[in-house]
Amino acid sequence: MMAYIFFALAGIALISGVLVVFQTHPLRSALWLIVNFFAVAGIYLLAHAEFIAAIQIIVYAGAIMVLFLFVIMLLNLRQPEEEAARPWFGQKLAGITLAALVAFILVYGFSKAEVPLAKAAPPGLGNTESIARLLFTDYLLPFEVTSVLLLVAIVGAVVLAKSKLK
Amino acid sequence: MTLTIPTFSLISIGPWLTLALGAILILLVDALSKGRKTYFPYFSLAVLALAAFQTIDLWGAQSTDFARMVYVDNFAFLFYLILILGAALTILLSRPYLEEWGKDMGEYYALILFATVGMMMMAASAHMIMIFLGLEVMSIAVYVLAGFFREDARSNEAALKYLVLGAFASAFLLFGMAFLYGAAGGSLYLDELAKRLTDAATLTKPLTLLAIALLVVGFGFKVAAVPFHMWTPDVYEGAPTSITAYMAVAVKAAAFAAFARVFFLAFPAFHVNWHMLLWVLAVATMTLGNVVAIAQTNIKRMLAYSSIAHAGYILVALVAANQLGAVSILYYLLAYTLMNIGAFGVVILVARKKDSYLNIYDYSGLAYQHPGLAAGMAVFMFALAGMPPTAGFVGKFYIFSAAVQAGYIWLAILGVMNSLVSVYYYLRITVLMYMRPAEADLGPIAFTPAVTACVIATAVATVLVGIFPGWFYDLAMNSVKIFPSL
Repeated sequence: MMAYIFFALAGIALISGVLVVFQTHPLRSALWLIVNFFAVAGIYLLAHAEFIAAIQIIVYAGAIMVLFLFVIMLLNLRQPEEEAARPWFGQKLAGITLAALVAFILVYGFSKAEVPLAKAAPPGLGNTESIARLLFTDYLLPFEVTSVLLLVAIVGAVVLAKSKLK
Repeated sequence: MTLTIPTFSLISIGPWLTLALGAILILLVDALSKGRKTYFPYFSLAVLALAAFQTIDLWGAQSTDFARMVYVDNFAFLFYLILILGAALTILLSRPYLEEWGKDMGEYYALILFATVGMMMMAASAHMIMIFLGLEVMSIAVYVLAGFFREDARSNEAALKYLVLGAFASAFLLFGMAFLYGAAGGSLYLDELAKRLTDAATLTKPLTLLAIALLVVGFGFKVAAVPFHMWTPDVYEGAPTSITAYMAVAVKAAAFAAFARVFFLAFPAFHVNWHMLLWVLAVATMTLGNVVAIAQTNIKRMLAYSSIAHAGYILVALVAANQLGAVSILYYLLAYTLMNIGAFGVVILVARKKDSYLNIYDYSGLAYQHPGLAAGMAVFMFALAGMPPTAGFVGKFYIFSAAVQAGYIWLAILGVMNSLVSVYYYLRITVLMYMRPAEADLGPIAFTPAVTACVIATAVATVLVGIFPGWFYDLAMNSVKIFPSL
């Protein structure tokens, strides 16, 4: 049963991902991206990562997509008037070859070996609690450094966006 | 449920804290007080000096801290000092240049300090997530700095190009880390990776190879190695000149610090694979950088291609992967910091009036109008070309002898041939300055004290480090002892 759900979700994620890339209108790309986010959130749920699934919906499908749509609306993007430059044949060939190579390595690697499973959360602890625990023990420093990263990003955005001083 | 927070000592990340607090203080003072502040450069220099003292105080420690997240060792400390030197020299160059553009803002100095913190994180990381976070702190600050001249179209182009391609490169790096996590069975501690990644496991091998390839793309982008160099000329040309100097020197040093640490520590079992990969990259990077630099007439673009070529030389040292190779990475980055920031200092002095003199032919006859400046530029050009007795020569000597020692004779030969090619375009500037009449009157050059001091100091240091390489060689030798596999 779980396997069927997984393959259904994975199929939706793949197809919607491909559709994101192949749309000509940015709004449609954004809408397909939402579908993709939901499918991936479903996969997280199957892997018992409830916290990540919730974050995926709230932050990505919610906040970030609203931001995307706003930007698209504010920039008033229409269908591109002129065709974008077509990629060369060589570029296409190189892209397809490399993608096929990566796919081959992954399929070959995983089909030959027993895949080690991730450690399950210790009994009595939910997914959210285990993440919180890690954030304040093993990953204490990266967690704090993230705040520096956010501060830099805010300062940078203000520098680039604020109106002229003098 | 109880939660035991791991023991840690803030002293072991003291230099990061000093720089970050200094940056926050600049932002607060700038926001909360009125009027133009002229003391930010001095304050930033003082903060950098304090961080340097803290680093020297820590020298000799060898441990990890924060639940094995950071290394507290001499390799990190030596990189700290190189990065602090790069940031300090950049700040010396900045002030008059920014004033010319009407952009002398506190945020500039704060962002440089933050970028330096990010670089230090990369140099000290003991876990992949710290490398990524350090890389992002550094990159985001540098993206903004590249676009700091908002009114200038080229600066905008530089920032946008760097941001979009940089985000792409970060994604490659993250994918590499994710595959590595799978290959190692759920660990990203650098010291543990070496134990877990062995040729034997069936799944590990293909996944690790894929991860190595993706990591090379991510780091290769940051050091501007061919074929991930496309952004370099445009970004270096468009960014403010002081930031170009900073990018060429400090971003490269930080990326090489993480590059070297990851590849020396985590992949000893795969050395055949990554040596071959980097061999090809090194040759391509050196050759393309040097050959294309010949055709440039804009001095910033020329120095951009030259910086690609220099990344190629350092990659040679990475391929050699012996003790001398690791030492030569450190030595070369110090030498490159000195000579490249010096060269950009001269570019800033000559360019003036919102960068109106950037063509290399503007340097014709410079020696007759401003002999001191021309002499300084000549020193930097000789050093970049790798002539004795400058630091550039000794650096190249170490790198190529490391390659020979490791058995990569052909790589060393190709490297030496490449530096011969580079002599052409470096000496062309010297020839223009000394043997051609001035094409146009350059007019008076304002020798602002800070920039002049920076150019003089780097010129003297370039020669001194070249004549007395011993003390730094010993320091570097001491600091690369942390790699057991070399």
